[in-house]
Amino acid sequence: MASHKVDAAVVGTGPGGYVSAIRCAQLGLTVATVEDDRPGGVCLNWGCIPTKALLRNAEVVHLFKRAADFGIRLQGFEADYAEAIKRSRTVADRMAKGVEFLFRKNKITLLLGTGTLKSPGLVEVKGKNGMDTIEARAVILATGSEPKSLPGITIDEKLVISSNGAVRQERAPKSLIVIGAGAVGVEFADVYAAYGTAVTIVEALPRLVPVEDEEVSTHLARSFTRRDITSQTGVKVQSVKPGGAGVVVTTDGGTFEAEQVLMAIGRAARVKGVGLEALGVALDRGFVKVSPRMETSVKGVYAIGDMAGPPLLAHKAMAEGVVAAEAIAGKDPRPVDYGNVPSCTYCRPQIASIGVTEAKARVNGREITIGRFPFTASGKAVAMGETEGFVKVVADKATGEILGVHILGPEATEIIHEFAVGRTLEATLEEIIHTIHAHPTLSEAALEATLGALGQAIHI
Amino acid sequence: MAVTKVVMPKLSEAMETGKVIKWLKKEGDRIQGGDILAEIETDKADVEMEAFGAGVLRKILLAPGDRAPVGSLIAVIAEPNEDIASVIAGAPAMAPAPGKPTAPASTPGAISDRPAAVPPQPRSEDPAARQPAPVRSPAGPGAESPAQNDIRREAPGRAAPVMAPVASAVQHAGGRVKASPLAKKVAAQRGVDLKVVQGSGPGGRIIRRDVEAATSAPAAAPAVARAMPSVTGPEYEDRPLTQIRATIAKRMPLSKAPVPHFYVTSEVAMDRAWELRDELNSLEGAPKISVNDFVIRACALALIQHPEVNASFQGDSVRVWHRAHIGIAVALDEGLITPVLRDCHAKSLSQIAVEARDLAERTRARKLKAHELSGATFSISNLGMFDVAEFSAIINPPEGAILAVGSVRRVPVAEGDEVKVGRRMMITLSCDHRVMDGAMGARFLQTVKRYLEEPLRLLV
Repeated sequence: MASHKVDAAVVGTGPGGYVSAIRCAQLGLTVATVEDDRPGGVCLNWGCIPTKALLRNAEVVHLFKRAADFGIRLQGFEADYAEAIKRSRTVADRMAKGVEFLFRKNKITLLLGTGTLKSPGLVEVKGKNGMDTIEARAVILATGSEPKSLPGITIDEKLVISSNGAVRQERAPKSLIVIGAGAVGVEFADVYAAYGTAVTIVEALPRLVPVEDEEVSTHLARSFTRRDITSQTGVKVQSVKPGGAGVVVTTDGGTFEAEQVLMAIGRAARVKGVGLEALGVALDRGFVKVSPRMETSVKGVYAIGDMAGPPLLAHKAMAEGVVAAEAIAGKDPRPVDYGNVPSCTYCRPQIASIGVTEAKARVNGREITIGRFPFTASGKAVAMGETEGFVKVVADKATGEILGVHILGPEATEIIHEFAVGRTLEATLEEIIHTIHAHPTLSEAALEATLGALGQAIHI
Repeated sequence: MAVTKVVMPKLSEAMETGKVIKWLKKEGDRIQGGDILAEIETDKADVEMEAFGAGVLRKILLAPGDRAPVGSLIAVIAEPNEDIASVIAGAPAMAPAPGKPTAPASTPGAISDRPAAVPPQPRSEDPAARQPAPVRSPAGPGAESPAQNDIRREAPGRAAPVMAPVASAVQHAGGRVKASPLAKKVAAQRGVDLKVVQGSGPGGRIIRRDVEAATSAPAAAPAVARAMPSVTGPEYEDRPLTQIRATIAKRMPLSKAPVPHFYVTSEVAMDRAWELRDELNSLEGAPKISVNDFVIRACALALIQHPEVNASFQGDSVRVWHRAHIGIAVALDEGLITPVLRDCHAKSLSQIAVEARDLAERTRARKLKAHELSGATFSISNLGMFDVAEFSAIINPPEGAILAVGSVRRVPVAEGDEVKVGRRMMITLSCDHRVMDGAMGARFLQTVKRYLEEPLRLLV
């Protein structure tokens, strides 16, 4: 048993935890971290990164299928899903090693084991080789989240898999029912469909990606339909039972069967076994309650990332990690602006959004103006042969404040950032239109949509 | 070889003295034309003073923080071997001392009588700040509208970046106000003077939230029955200025002092207008018309007939407006705001009635749009509802005149040899003597009177 005495202890080394640990170290604090899986957390190992590797594979497969469009004649081709998984594992391993490297570089201690908060300044680490303790001036909890399931349905990672199982299994099922049409659901639907799986998406809400702007959902549904991905929206799952081809999903809108079910209804904060109850750390709807400085109801105990509430996004966790580290180091951090967190989904076409949807803006009672620009009118998109989708800008009519931007289309997740920066700087439509956008780029669509909101679009 | 006198530049019409905030060059520095010599604080903004002549900054005569009258010598630029003693000796005489030549006059080596320094563009954060007239802010009863004055003068073409101090003055908008584009727009919309807003963004930058806080801060206290004060309670209270009041307080003297006002008063027989109004208002489905609507219409028609009254003083010229955009003072608890009813000359009486009412209602609801707060060519202030017999108003620069309207009173009037009861209303025109003379104002007033006394003319 070893005892470590540090300024800050970080429990969990996902994107929130490792960023927080590094920022603490940068600010001159000594840091010890605890990880019960692999450094990098779900994001690097089982989530964001490996799925992006898989989605890239899906994209390449898709390009091969379209080879004739580019005048490339193939004598058939074979897409090996097991190899796709292997590639994604290699990518994840490399990124996880990157975190270990960054820890060494910043002289951050990494303890493998399960961390439990015993008192505000004491973390107990139960590892394979015994017990360690960390005595710290401040503790940052960053234990993340795990896939949720519907009541009465167990994720066995065989018939009913979660994203955890999906990134590991080296075989694409012949047929798959995806329950939940959020980011995780539509991304896996895209991957498996590219590899020949017959995918049916079942969503309780009336549309795909229900948190996104309605136009995005409509166009995505159209795109999926063209690729024979079946969507059943507004349909509630009643039971999932073994049978038929593998699993039978009974809903209020019919019965579906497939080889496997992917449960993608969302994620729940990992707040059990961390020691929160004993210390009386307050929760709010299943998440740890935090101040704008990321401090919990217990002084000296901070919580960041998925466990600290929505949106459950890695980049939000990273931003919170920085705030917590700076607060602990005695700085006066600028709180996270939760209204300005970009949301990205990497299915094809990609989806990216920031701010409010058109419907929300209307509910908020703003007099709004809307600009849209389809990628069919973008020279770069046409040249690339990726013309699906559009950029939609929702702005306040009187001030030109950019209330929300919704992009569906090629590299949408890269284009969104000019609006993120713009919103941070409180730029209005005018500042965007006075910014020269290089030609030809996909980002020109952002400019044109903005011009459109002012009734000045040139290319449409 | 020239000795260049650096004098306190005249940066605005109202400017009489200026303060050196700080010298950016020190004695002995070599100066090129165009170098920034110092930062000057004027009545409205902080501006950079640019060097006009080249040479060495030989002597600084005004210490940072000290104030000097416009035109007084504050520094000397010359070649190192040049004798500047006599120039400096003349310094206390301040003004461009005549008869103090230090070199033969009218030779190439003569002292430049031009100012050695000129103000360049205001250092505002972005070009939006230099756009014409976003703000028209609160005005006192017939009073001037503060914040927009200086901004309005920024109208393109007028804000010449380089000019001699004695020539027409230039005033600077935002000065050195650091504010986000959105904050500027919201401020313009709500009539907030950014100079009095505390910025909470990075480096004190004013962001939208700050402007909103500034407008909501003096939230109207709930109306409570006022108890009769006891004799033992506090004798007084100091009420913080509302945003609008602070702006009025700051800007009012900037109209009253530099604008030479004169006043012309006339009595108008309102009997026929009163009858006509009753008649019009009894029409089914017709909009309700007020006495002030008659006055607006009468003024609009008279302004087109007497364009010399619909005019603005511009230093070296008078801008005569061909359209009648009339500012209508609306009383709020916090102060007065003067929204603008555009193109009144082209609007019917009922149109004016509808639009003026809408404008007044939205003023009270604080729902005016930015463009509705600026651009008046003339204003009307009516205190008739307060049973004011007559009063005179303060001009709203750059407008050239304002009409103060009293209540319609029933008074004894001589008709032939009989005394009858008639309805009379006093109107007083405040005129900028730089723009017009008494006779012009009187003729305009006569026309207004004729329209009101023969009100059918207002309907055709």
